[in-house]
Amino acid sequence: MKILVCISHVPDTTSKINFNADQTEFDTSGVQYVINPNDEFGLTRALWFKEKQGATVHVANVGGSETEPTLRKALAIGADEAIRVDQTATDGYTVAQALAPIVKEGQYDLVIAGRESIDYNGGMVPGMLAKLCGFSFVNTCIGLEIDGNTATAVREIDGGKETLKTELPLIIGGQKGLVEESDLRIPNMRGIMQARTKPLHVKTEQSAAAKSQTLRYEKPAPKQAVTLVDNAEQLINLLHNEAKVI
Amino acid sequence: MPILVYAESDQGIYKKSTQELISFGRAMADQMNTEVIAAVTQDASGAELGQYGAHKVLQLEHQALSDFKAENVAEALSQAARAVQASVIIVSSSANSKYMAPLLAVDLEAGYVPNIVGLPTSYTPLTVPHNVFTNKASAHTALNSDISVLGLSKNAYGVHHYETSAEITTHNPELSASTVEVTSTDKASNKVMIADAEVVVSAGRGLKGPENWGMIEELAEVMGAATACSKPVSDLGWRPHSEHVGQTGKPVAANLYIAIGISGAIQHLAGINSSKVKVVINTDPEAPFFKAADYGIVGDAFEVVPDLIQKLKEFQAQNA
Ligand SMILES: Cc1cc2nc3c(=O)[nH]c(=O)nc-3n(C[C@H](O)[C@H](O)[C@H](O)COP(=O)(O)OP(=O)(O)OC[C@H]3O[C@@H](n4cnc5c(N)ncnc54)[C@H](O)[C@@H]3O)c2cc1C
Repeated sequence: MKILVCISHVPDTTSKINFNADQTEFDTSGVQYVINPNDEFGLTRALWFKEKQGATVHVANVGGSETEPTLRKALAIGADEAIRVDQTATDGYTVAQALAPIVKEGQYDLVIAGRESIDYNGGMVPGMLAKLCGFSFVNTCIGLEIDGNTATAVREIDGGKETLKTELPLIIGGQKGLVEESDLRIPNMRGIMQARTKPLHVKTEQSAAAKSQTLRYEKPAPKQAVTLVDNAEQLINLLHNEAKVI
Repeated sequence: MPILVYAESDQGIYKKSTQELISFGRAMADQMNTEVIAAVTQDASGAELGQYGAHKVLQLEHQALSDFKAENVAEALSQAARAVQASVIIVSSSANSKYMAPLLAVDLEAGYVPNIVGLPTSYTPLTVPHNVFTNKASAHTALNSDISVLGLSKNAYGVHHYETSAEITTHNPELSASTVEVTSTDKASNKVMIADAEVVVSAGRGLKGPENWGMIEELAEVMGAATACSKPVSDLGWRPHSEHVGQTGKPVAANLYIAIGISGAIQHLAGINSSKVKVVINTDPEAPFFKAADYGIVGDAFEVVPDLIQKLKEFQAQNA
């Protein structure tokens, strides 16, 4: 089985979010980048398939050379090869368009992406990629088993879950549940050394025109100070008469 | 060119999020001098949708649409959008809509922006405000495609009432067989879902262990609320993953969010700060949650929560 894991390179979850002076671009100074958490759960599941059922695992990212340390980290925890499509990721549509030829040419059976990336929260790359490649698609995937050509996937729905059956080739939008938090791997010395010599292919694809463009960003207005109360009675009174939520 | 709204129903009921979607579509339609058409896929009559602003209801009829399959719904909406020549399609932030919308967008070669938090700030080009960085910031994004798919955040606009009586017509899409088949569904029937809840009662590691969740469930029941938890609580297996809220869990956009024994880490706050009113109950006055909350009680959850339950019951009895 050939698996491709799509990796988004995102600011660490503790990052303070700031923008440049004219509010048109994210200010990257001092920001640490990581593998998007949803993608990391997917990558870890892919490595499980590799070890338990035999699979090759490639990782791909659409971005500039600054994303390579994130791809090397994926190699260090066990991916076999990495691909970087050398393109600025503008909107989700252009990212899906850039990944589609990689998926088709690589003849992957399974593509694992994250349900959404925690920076722009688009949540559209896996579904768009599935549609562009003609693959089956399961979103918010919290469980995946593969038996031959058949996949059994569990999808989180509002208020519960559903079990789905489908055939490969398949794309999933994954999240926690594919593996548990405690299954996530930290690169060890040996992995880091090996990652240096694993292939990292840089490809150029024709870039599609973006369908959307962000004009400016805004930070939330500063919050008023909290109103401290002494007891439940006062709280109920304020929630009823002032906030009018009960 | 009209606006098409995907009006989801759940067992014949149009939830508040669907009503809100239609009112949002109506406000846009009024600005654009056009009509809003509610597309319904299930056997629920759409007649009532006029009161939320729909001018017309389009019943999409096909056997394959009797339960939700993302591919089929996307195909049906795409054909409907072309039939009525819609320039905007509005969908919700439900798990189903977020599953389906990217497929629809590719089918219609449409730009897609999710997590929209307000009406467009411009109509030429169509420019919408939406949350990014998991609610740590917002963006104004312009769409340059002929057709746009807009995903509205829950509780971002509100339900508005109209005296429109919507005329119902049917459309029969031609659908291919879905490549994904649902074999079983496991859905708690009597629990309030985080996605729909007006009030969410959430608890963290300060509760010390899973055996102490009885009072959290009771508080939620008294308030008609959904229960939620912080990430470590679900990682420890004290509560199911489906209750994990925050940047890497579910987003919460409730009217009222009550955080009990939760410190207020940046990742937790990111996911819940779209909620309108936030309450914190924590023993530690220095807990970061107090900086994000509207109301707070510095106190021990094991004393405050039982008292709150008691006083709420009395309050409800008086106001009944
Ligand atoms: C990549 C990444 C992603 C993450 N994503 C998320 C996420 O999506 N959601 C999330 O929640 N977290 C997330 N976290 C974890 C986050 O950083 C915090 O560790 C977590 O939110 C803390 O949970 P907590 O508040 O329940 O526990 P703690 O931080 O341990 O806080 C417990 C609180 O309870 C209070 N307390 C103790 N006893 C009592 C009592 N008797 N009565 C009242 N209060 C009491 C304490 O004062 C303390 O403030 C993420 C972390 C990382 C690294």
